[in-house]
Amino acid sequence: MSAPILACRGLSKRFGGVLALDGLDLEVQPGSVLGLIGPNGSGKTTFFNVLTGLFPADAGESRFAGDPITRLRPQAVYRAGIARTFQRSRLCLPLSIFENLMVGNHQRLEHGLWFNLARRKALARQIADSFEAARALLRIFDPPLADRMQEPAGRIPMIDRRRVEVCRALISRPRLLLLDEPSAGMTHDETVRLMDDILLVQRELGDLTIVLIEHEMSVIERVTARCVVLNYGRKIAEGTYAEVSQDAAVRQAYLGVE
Amino acid sequence: MRSRAAAVLLAALATAFAWLLLRAESQGAIAALIALAVLAGFALLRTRLLDAFTRAALRDERLAQWLAFAAVAVLALLLREDDFSLLLLTRVLIVIVACLGLNVQLGYAGVVNFAGASFFGVGGYTAAVLSRATGLPHLLLLLAGGVTAALAGTVLLLPILRTRGHYAALITIAFALLFRTFLEVNDSLGGPQGLKLPELRIGPIRFNDPVAAGPLEGSFYLKYVVLALLVLAFFFAVVQRLERSWIGLALDAVRIDETAAATFGLDIARWKIAAFVIGNFVIGVAGALSAFMIGFIAPNNYSFAESLILVSILLLGGVGNPWGLSLAAAIVILLPEKLQIIQEYRFLMFASMVVLILLFRPAGLVPRPMRRLPGTPR
Repeated sequence: MSAPILACRGLSKRFGGVLALDGLDLEVQPGSVLGLIGPNGSGKTTFFNVLTGLFPADAGESRFAGDPITRLRPQAVYRAGIARTFQRSRLCLPLSIFENLMVGNHQRLEHGLWFNLARRKALARQIADSFEAARALLRIFDPPLADRMQEPAGRIPMIDRRRVEVCRALISRPRLLLLDEPSAGMTHDETVRLMDDILLVQRELGDLTIVLIEHEMSVIERVTARCVVLNYGRKIAEGTYAEVSQDAAVRQAYLGVE
Repeated sequence: MRSRAAAVLLAALATAFAWLLLRAESQGAIAALIALAVLAGFALLRTRLLDAFTRAALRDERLAQWLAFAAVAVLALLLREDDFSLLLLTRVLIVIVACLGLNVQLGYAGVVNFAGASFFGVGGYTAAVLSRATGLPHLLLLLAGGVTAALAGTVLLLPILRTRGHYAALITIAFALLFRTFLEVNDSLGGPQGLKLPELRIGPIRFNDPVAAGPLEGSFYLKYVVLALLVLAFFFAVVQRLERSWIGLALDAVRIDETAAATFGLDIARWKIAAFVIGNFVIGVAGALSAFMIGFIAPNNYSFAESLILVSILLLGGVGNPWGLSLAAAIVILLPEKLQIIQEYRFLMFASMVVLILLFRPAGLVPRPMRRLPGTPR
């Protein structure tokens, strides 16, 4: 096995009396898709929030491509090459689809005052180029949506918002993509399509690793090479989906004690 | 073509109306004119014609800008002998400039500022003190007013960045109250009596001499109208370009969802600081210009109540929309000056106007349209 792209050791996070993450060890191989599953409140989203620097970790460390990212602010984590989606869609609804995508592309855009105010031709060129790039990416997911990029994000249905959110994360060309329940609010078929599209982009980009939080087990089974199961902030099982789904501790966590 | 003709017609009607209103002397006539405007406004809103007009204006914004520019110029020429009306017109233009600055803060970055009048005052006092103490060119002093206002704002940066929502608002309110007390107790700034300013001079132009250029004769206020209009045109263009750029997008993202913005690398503090500083600069320039025009400043002009009026102009016109706040500034400045019954109750009137707007048209009279970035298809 090659060196892991993401490695966490003893990651812990406490909220008052609740230990949301309890000494989590986790490794992700480059180019793979890791499934992160577990009952509600088992710490999956907290893990993403700690990893991306939204919450500081109380203990433990995480390394991305060998470099420590534990104490980084969210902005620095993003610049290191980690992008995410949110469980509850967090698009800027009054802004257009294109503008939302550009929020994800922040680090590639030129933000100088002089450039933006006075060099309008150069700015227009940069915007036109970004527009084409965004359209090309969105077209992979849904061609009709790619022709509606100037509509406000608040006006499109939930499935399209999910697509836009995934594209907003992808457009920065991250090396690690954290997907927090992309299927929430979507039908089974829609979820399957969305995941297929994400995998297609992954193949095209080459160097993209994905960690996926998902409750739809058929999706996990289809797209993940390995799974990590959390319960009460601890890892209770790890392996292929076939392995963890037979695991006694996992069955107990999901279904309760018989 | 038809929409262009309609736009020209509308601009002509608005100019004619403004002319009638500014010229009108009897309270009865003024009340009738205002009633007419209110009815017309309701009709425009109910029939959605106002929205159609704004959409049309947006399609051909260059035309709208020229029409607005021409309307002010024609109005100033028609009123060329009328000191008081020209003074009012200039005040409207200057208040629009100040609101443009506030708009960058509140409308784009979502940084609340209930001390707008204070920064306006910092600009005014800077112009007063420097023009009395130094021989610096006055045009430079307008800039200096903006710079000191921006610098004064940095005092508030740390507490504003560390607090959110209501608490950040409270801090700016505290600053507004402190600022006025500071002016009142500070004798070198004239104390409660305030300061007089010398005549504004830019190059060979003396602003307090009447205009006599060939056949054209008129009040000295004509020069202030021209200057204020130029300053307004400049900052209007700057603020619009700012909005229609990556910067405007970043500010919007910060305002709408700080967490999501931070996750995509946006430095929240940096953008808030940028908006606050730019906004205060614009407000400060407006304040310096206003001080020169009135020729006299005192702490009373920069009270917390005045700050509230600036914010209510934004809410009334449509937060984030330079066109909307221009319309609202005209309403809020002209109404109490012309209709004297209101003068006494003007705060009551503004408060009820804001409440009505928030209830029935929360995005303002002219809601902010979608951003039109250059380089994107129309």
